[in-house]
Amino acid sequence: MSTVLSVQNLSKAFGGVQAVEDVTFAVDAGEMRALIGPNGAGKTTCFNMLNGQLKPDSGDVLLGNRSILGLPPREVWRRGVGRTFQITATYGSMTVRENIQTTLLSHHRQINRMWTAARTLFVDEAMALLEQVGMVNQYDRACGVLAYGDLKRVELAVALANDPQVLLMDEPTAGMAPRERVDLMALTAEIASARNIAVLFTEHDMDVVFAHAHRIMVLDRGRLIAEGAPNDVRNNEMVQEVYLGSGAVHGVGSA
Amino acid sequence: MGELIVTILTGLSSAASLFLVAAGLSIIFGVTRIVNFAHGSFYMLGAFIGYTMVQAIGGTIVSYWVAVLIAALVVGLIGVLMEILLLRRIYHAPELFQLIATFGVILVIQDVAKEIWGNEDIVSPRAPGLDGAVEIFGQRLPEYDLALIAIAPMVLIGLRLLFYKTRWGTLVRAATQDRQMVAALGVNQRWLFTGVVFLGSLLAGLGGAVQLPKGGADLLMDFGIIAEAFVVVVVGGMGSLGGAFLAAILIGLLNVFGIQIFPNSTLVMMFLVMAVVLVFRPWGLLGKPETPAATGTEIPNEPLRPAVPMVKVLAGLVLAFLIALPLLQELFPTVLDPFVIVQANEILFFVLFAAALHFIMGPGGMVSFGHAAFFGGGAYTSALLVFHFGLPFELAFPAAPIGAALLALIIGWFCVRLTGVYFAMLTLAFAQIAWSIVFQWTEVTEGDDGINSIWPSDWVTPLVLYYLTLGLTVAGVLLIRRIVFSPFGYALRAGRDSPLRSEAIGINIRRQQWFAFTISGAFAGVAGALFLYTKGSIAPTSMEIARSFDALLMTLLGGVEALAGPVVGAAAFKLLEDLFAASEYWRGLMGITIIALVLLLPKGVAGFAQTGVGRRLGLSRAEEVRA
Amino acid sequence: MSDPILTVSGVHSHYGRAHILSDVALEVRGGEVVVLLGRNGAGKSTTFKTIVALVRRTAGEITFLGNRIDNRESYVIARMGLGYVPEERRIFTELTVMENLEVGRQPAREGLEPWTPERLFEIFPNLAEMRDRPGGRMSGGEQQMLTIARTLMGNPSLVLLDEPSEGLAPVIIEQMAQTIGLLKQEGLSVLLCEQNLHFARLVSDRAYIIEKGQIRYEGSMAELEENDEVRAAYLTV
Repeated sequence: MSTVLSVQNLSKAFGGVQAVEDVTFAVDAGEMRALIGPNGAGKTTCFNMLNGQLKPDSGDVLLGNRSILGLPPREVWRRGVGRTFQITATYGSMTVRENIQTTLLSHHRQINRMWTAARTLFVDEAMALLEQVGMVNQYDRACGVLAYGDLKRVELAVALANDPQVLLMDEPTAGMAPRERVDLMALTAEIASARNIAVLFTEHDMDVVFAHAHRIMVLDRGRLIAEGAPNDVRNNEMVQEVYLGSGAVHGVGSA
Repeated sequence: MGELIVTILTGLSSAASLFLVAAGLSIIFGVTRIVNFAHGSFYMLGAFIGYTMVQAIGGTIVSYWVAVLIAALVVGLIGVLMEILLLRRIYHAPELFQLIATFGVILVIQDVAKEIWGNEDIVSPRAPGLDGAVEIFGQRLPEYDLALIAIAPMVLIGLRLLFYKTRWGTLVRAATQDRQMVAALGVNQRWLFTGVVFLGSLLAGLGGAVQLPKGGADLLMDFGIIAEAFVVVVVGGMGSLGGAFLAAILIGLLNVFGIQIFPNSTLVMMFLVMAVVLVFRPWGLLGKPETPAATGTEIPNEPLRPAVPMVKVLAGLVLAFLIALPLLQELFPTVLDPFVIVQANEILFFVLFAAALHFIMGPGGMVSFGHAAFFGGGAYTSALLVFHFGLPFELAFPAAPIGAALLALIIGWFCVRLTGVYFAMLTLAFAQIAWSIVFQWTEVTEGDDGINSIWPSDWVTPLVLYYLTLGLTVAGVLLIRRIVFSPFGYALRAGRDSPLRSEAIGINIRRQQWFAFTISGAFAGVAGALFLYTKGSIAPTSMEIARSFDALLMTLLGGVEALAGPVVGAAAFKLLEDLFAASEYWRGLMGITIIALVLLLPKGVAGFAQTGVGRRLGLSRAEEVRA
Repeated sequence: MSDPILTVSGVHSHYGRAHILSDVALEVRGGEVVVLLGRNGAGKSTTFKTIVALVRRTAGEITFLGNRIDNRESYVIARMGLGYVPEERRIFTELTVMENLEVGRQPAREGLEPWTPERLFEIFPNLAEMRDRPGGRMSGGEQQMLTIARTLMGNPSLVLLDEPSEGLAPVIIEQMAQTIGLLKQEGLSVLLCEQNLHFARLVSDRAYIIEKGQIRYEGSMAELEENDEVRAAYLTV
């Protein structure tokens, strides 16, 4: 497998507090990679540096072998890094399909057209994406009235619309019911493997993490303290101490 | 040397009132999330009531200051009245309705003040004990200026103690961030709100009363101070008392030095400083980025869909009527006065003006308080070209949208860096500056008199002008609709719905908003030129705050969510205005109507179509929300 | 078991045009920890918000400590001793830890030892080390503890916790479970809503399951453990 995203010695401090310190890792195409750690460990800061929302103090982020450092989020997206947010961010005043169409219009650089009705553009492509995430039946509903789990599916379709090489998912299953969580991540894994997309996700639900991640990284106080296959991470004593705990509140005890 | 120091001290003293007003505005906004437009009116009331009190009891040093404090207290109580009767009922209404409601209060207060204190400017006596002057390096400075210089820091320290050392202050700061949570923790937020409005209004009243010996009292004080207070709040940073203090001093100094550098337009200096501050610190000197306050009452927007057949038929009927109107008037002169054509003409260009504003307000989510700048900008572009260069109608008219668009391009570049209330305040401040340039630069613009006798070419008879207006308005409205449903319009709406997501899918929101702002300015410019050639003249009044508010009112009257809103709203507004025009108290009547409308029809007239009743009448096809 | 301190019966509520709750009934008895389980959007948060009057009920009765509270305002209900910790934590980020606690402070209640910051710091030792830190500079776990501590400052006899485990690391969730145990020892009643069944199992005595705005199951935690059918139907773990 080839490396798609590599992160080298990434560091970021906020007002004297080291939020992320010397983090280095690489993600391969088609891989599902989880980034876990206590609240405030720097996961979101890390993500924000990967997609250009924050500028790191030092270090580099390479997509393929080109640096994407210093590019604004919209440029990073154009290079092929999609992102979903912890709290869904969709367009409430548009229908499900229009949400996808808007994304496609931006992707195909037709967003500044002022004459043709947007509704009539990229209809088939939008429907194909909705088909993949199982939202075709609800294409004409307003995003504002969708169930939360369905909204997450719309977000996934949006993230896939520009044919990304890398997908960053910030707590993709937060706020979902247990069964929905498993379904959504199974769907993500399936699509990632079919399209050879590298997926990097943060998550607090250990059932989801251990069911779907190929490899797991653990961040604590800004530093990577462990990286490896799920079983190795699960049995790592340091990880148990700072993050996993005794296993009483998730179904994943040490094996 | 002495001159410099005295100039600085004069500047500092003029900062005092400004700080008091801006601080009050900022405090009220912090907790209630309402930008109290009537704040300038409270300042004006402070001056008038202060004058009356000083006349009644203010003969000695002590009683003078007692009179000032009583004036401030009375204004505080008027604020409480407004809070209880009006604001309390609209805390959950959309932001804009709150603004419009407080604008209604301005109109009412104007008429009340006129009734009580008359039209004449009032010159107030000097304060006893401070009626002399001190000598500084051989220059004379009024003693009263020294008192003013001391007042601002004293109030600042008092407020800081109140907010950081008392339980009440802690609760207020907590409520500034999340008022619902404060209630859930057992705090009766009603009294907290009332208290805050009392404090803020009191500060405005105090500001008005303490400037009496320097500025007196008149009926124009309200709009004058509110624009300056907005500049202070924007420059200092919303919610920051220290920032307001710094900014007030900055503006105060600029005012005195500005006169020496640009004697014609002191506001130009203010513009430059504000521009510099905003480029380097978009949230003001000591401000923080705006965070949407948690109210917990978000109701999702409905998707914008093409008009349903019923609406299309209605629109067609109205259009047919308008086309036939001149003919009908000729056929039935007894039923239809010739004045009807003039009236229809006027409604039409206001429809275009309102539609232009709605374009950025509705789909764009940008509330402009200063759109009259582009309406007037367009009109003045044509008028100046005719007046100075003798350009014919055929060239001067098309220049209007270009001039207005250029103006919008410049103003928009600054404004789109901000969002929400900051954006709105900045547009108002820029519009006020544009107004002051037109007003003060007499050599070029003829100042207050305006430019008169600008008529179209001979072939443009009143009938042709009517059809031209009709044609351009209909074309403009349709074009705007077209853009709203085009990819550009979707991107604009995307930026409004979720800036985070938009940036993440490659949309440059700021640029999108900037272009939209410019397009809107151009359409407003066309409306302005139509106004110019219909009336034959243009004066600075067409650029003042009240005109910007007319457009806001029309848009709101029609409902922001509905695309038909501005069309319905402009018509309703003009009809109301004509209805009240005969009365001496047309302002007050308008104000009361506005307040009543906000309380009774919080979705606007056209928004009504999207309610349950409207759906039953076939005016909308929004989906019923189910759990 | 002691008498119910909170009784909800026949409650309906709407959000705009959406019918969110229909005929919800539940009760909490003194010293009990009760969990309301259900999927996202099932109506858990709305049930809580309806109890504390942040959402208006359209029908039904809510009684707390023998008094009808369904027509009362939020702040009155809070003063009566019903504490509410919302899902999004909603601490005052500009205020320090001590100031956050001050906002929650209410007069002592008869028969209960009043909560003071010092007494709370014994339960939440982390917070003691950051008294003057602004809420915005705390981690998610610390914020969650602060929001509970802040509510306790109102000396409540019943606390509603909306998804206390959401978004927290497993170790922090374990601490949360211990905290709830401590509160129970102090004599407080707790009503929480959850999706994390592992966590709910650790802390609760009884459970309700809500689905599409209606209560579909009621029973002791032990009974629910046995009942695979119900768990499969509503919780789909």
